[in-house]
Amino acid sequence: MTQKTFIGASALAGAVAMALSGTTLVASTSGASAAGKEKCYGVSMAGKNDCAAGPGTTCAGTSKVDYQGNAWKYVEEGTCASMELPDGRMGSLEPLTRDVPA
Amino acid sequence: MMVSAPQTDINWAFGSALLDPDIPLPVGVTGPRGKKAEKRFAVYRNNVVVSLVNALGDIFPAIRTLVGRNNFGHIAGKFVRAFPPGSPLLFEYGRDFPDFIAGLDPLRKYAYLPDVARLERAWLDAFHAADAVPLGFDALAAIEPAQLGELVFTAHPATRIVESDHAIVAITMRSRAGASLAGIKPDTPETALVTRPDAAVELRALDRAGGTFFRSLLHGEPLGAAAGRATEADGHFDLAAAIAALIESGAFTALSTAQTTTGGE
Amino acid sequence: MSEHSPSTMRQLPAAASRFPNLPLPPRAGAGLKPEHVDAILADDFRIGFLEVHAENYMGDGGPAHRALAAIRERFALSVHGVGLSIGAERGLAPAHLERLARVVERYEPAMISEHLAWSTHTDHYYNDLLPLPYNRQTLDRVVEHIDQVQTRLGRAILLENPSTYVAFEQSTMSETDFIAEIARRAGCGLLLDVNNVLVSAVNHGWKPMSYLKDFPLELVEEIHLAGHAEDTDDEGDRLLIDAHDRPVCEEVWQLYEVVIAQAGPLPTLVEWDNDVPEWPVLRREAHLANEILSRHDASAWLGRRHAAE
Repeated sequence: MTQKTFIGASALAGAVAMALSGTTLVASTSGASAAGKEKCYGVSMAGKNDCAAGPGTTCAGTSKVDYQGNAWKYVEEGTCASMELPDGRMGSLEPLTRDVPA
Repeated sequence: MMVSAPQTDINWAFGSALLDPDIPLPVGVTGPRGKKAEKRFAVYRNNVVVSLVNALGDIFPAIRTLVGRNNFGHIAGKFVRAFPPGSPLLFEYGRDFPDFIAGLDPLRKYAYLPDVARLERAWLDAFHAADAVPLGFDALAAIEPAQLGELVFTAHPATRIVESDHAIVAITMRSRAGASLAGIKPDTPETALVTRPDAAVELRALDRAGGTFFRSLLHGEPLGAAAGRATEADGHFDLAAAIAALIESGAFTALSTAQTTTGGE
Repeated sequence: MSEHSPSTMRQLPAAASRFPNLPLPPRAGAGLKPEHVDAILADDFRIGFLEVHAENYMGDGGPAHRALAAIRERFALSVHGVGLSIGAERGLAPAHLERLARVVERYEPAMISEHLAWSTHTDHYYNDLLPLPYNRQTLDRVVEHIDQVQTRLGRAILLENPSTYVAFEQSTMSETDFIAEIARRAGCGLLLDVNNVLVSAVNHGWKPMSYLKDFPLELVEEIHLAGHAEDTDDEGDRLLIDAHDRPVCEEVWQLYEVVIAQAGPLPTLVEWDNDVPEWPVLRREAHLANEILSRHDASAWLGRRHAAE
């Protein structure tokens, strides 16, 4: 892809000045980034190594049925279905997803 | 996947039987004083599969919420057997998981799932990435206006971009927070910007033009060129907001012109 | 194969120490869980030491390292590997040994330990501590691998006795003879997991007291305690599972007291890896261990009495 549009120095300078002034939309909606924020050291650690036996002792992970590929059928139980749009009538996009840039 | 191994290699026989319950117990594996060992060996089979399924659930918590725990257990169990970890570092596990779930027919109608998984994998990479001091507003303020167009930025080691045709940031954030997904239109394109300016990983949703802007900068293109590309993608591209996000997100650690380099170390 | 003397190898000073020099005290420690870090730092009760799984700190940076550095500033640290796969037939992964060396350089732990087990084979990591047959062939292999580790790290490590669910027809030695011979030849110390002793003893029909009598207690430098789950084997007999998901059971406490009465006070770790409770629950387990340690503190066995904190 070749880029043709040229952004001039004054346009850039104006945008930087606005960004520095803290008046942009971003500055006012940065709280939307809070999903990953955790306090102090008490962070969870995903995918960590332990040296314990897995829970379930002998019952799980050993089924021959599980191992044979096609035995599994998706059963609606998660939250996926709450977003299905059979006729597109569910509500409009909420502000949460419209952070940066506008 | 299978290569020949010496007959004496107990690790090989043991390892193969761990992941496939149809394979008989390795030669010599027994209970005490010749007791049977099927159920005893099943403890190891269980430990391996269950612990790895749980690890995947921790790495992909939004996926687990979206498909539900039982479905997730089946999906992850199949994945564990098809793609056992290649590294003792469990936080590296699951790089093939997004493509794997993209190939599962029963999930096909939930087209956003693979990209949500890509975002969760990127989140964990950002979590473990090297520490670095992000660029502050002052560094940008110190640049002569005439040089702004030529500025090139150095990415923070944690910074990742995940582009998608789906509302992956909204879906991931709400799922991880246990919040309702009502109102999200899954087919809204979002590009996720993943950063870790300090201790915490942050997610931001970029629209297509914003995604173009950040991707261009991360590829080492100068600010003027990146702004041009984004404006081409969308005439309403808000450059000032994008530049503010560039600093606020902590996506970069340094900037340089032809002459100078400044910024955090 | 070179013979190492643990006492001389352990005296190698770090080139430039980032952290205070804190040996493991002969008191109770706890396995460090990220969710407990704030509570541990704020607690009036000072835990004797903390232990981490090396693999969880092999990333480049981020909050996990920040938390561990804060802990290491104030507490003695033990680094416990779970992924080196010392029993692997195909040899140690050089890249993983380098990663372990990096963690050791980064945190200057008072103690480094690993398992008598294997977990990787060719390209696969099974995420479990898998058992080995005990014979001359596997003995040579384990000794060689420990030698490689100690040579790379420039210090001795501790080897932990396993909990196992199956036996091997290929075994020609008892577990205790096997471990004693490894320690003698590799010059490593030993980590005695008392819960593993009970789990394996029940699972294999040994007497725990006989196991302890045969175990070279004089080489033990650290103790592990944990809770186990209970299941049954193919024939309906009791099968214990090393689940680390509950308090230490009474039988393990009794065996622990036997060990401490004989070996003297030793750094003692309470492990809890599944269904991890709030910090006060772990602290209570640590108190129970400290009570037993205190009862034997004055015994001054062969002059190896440790300074009280």
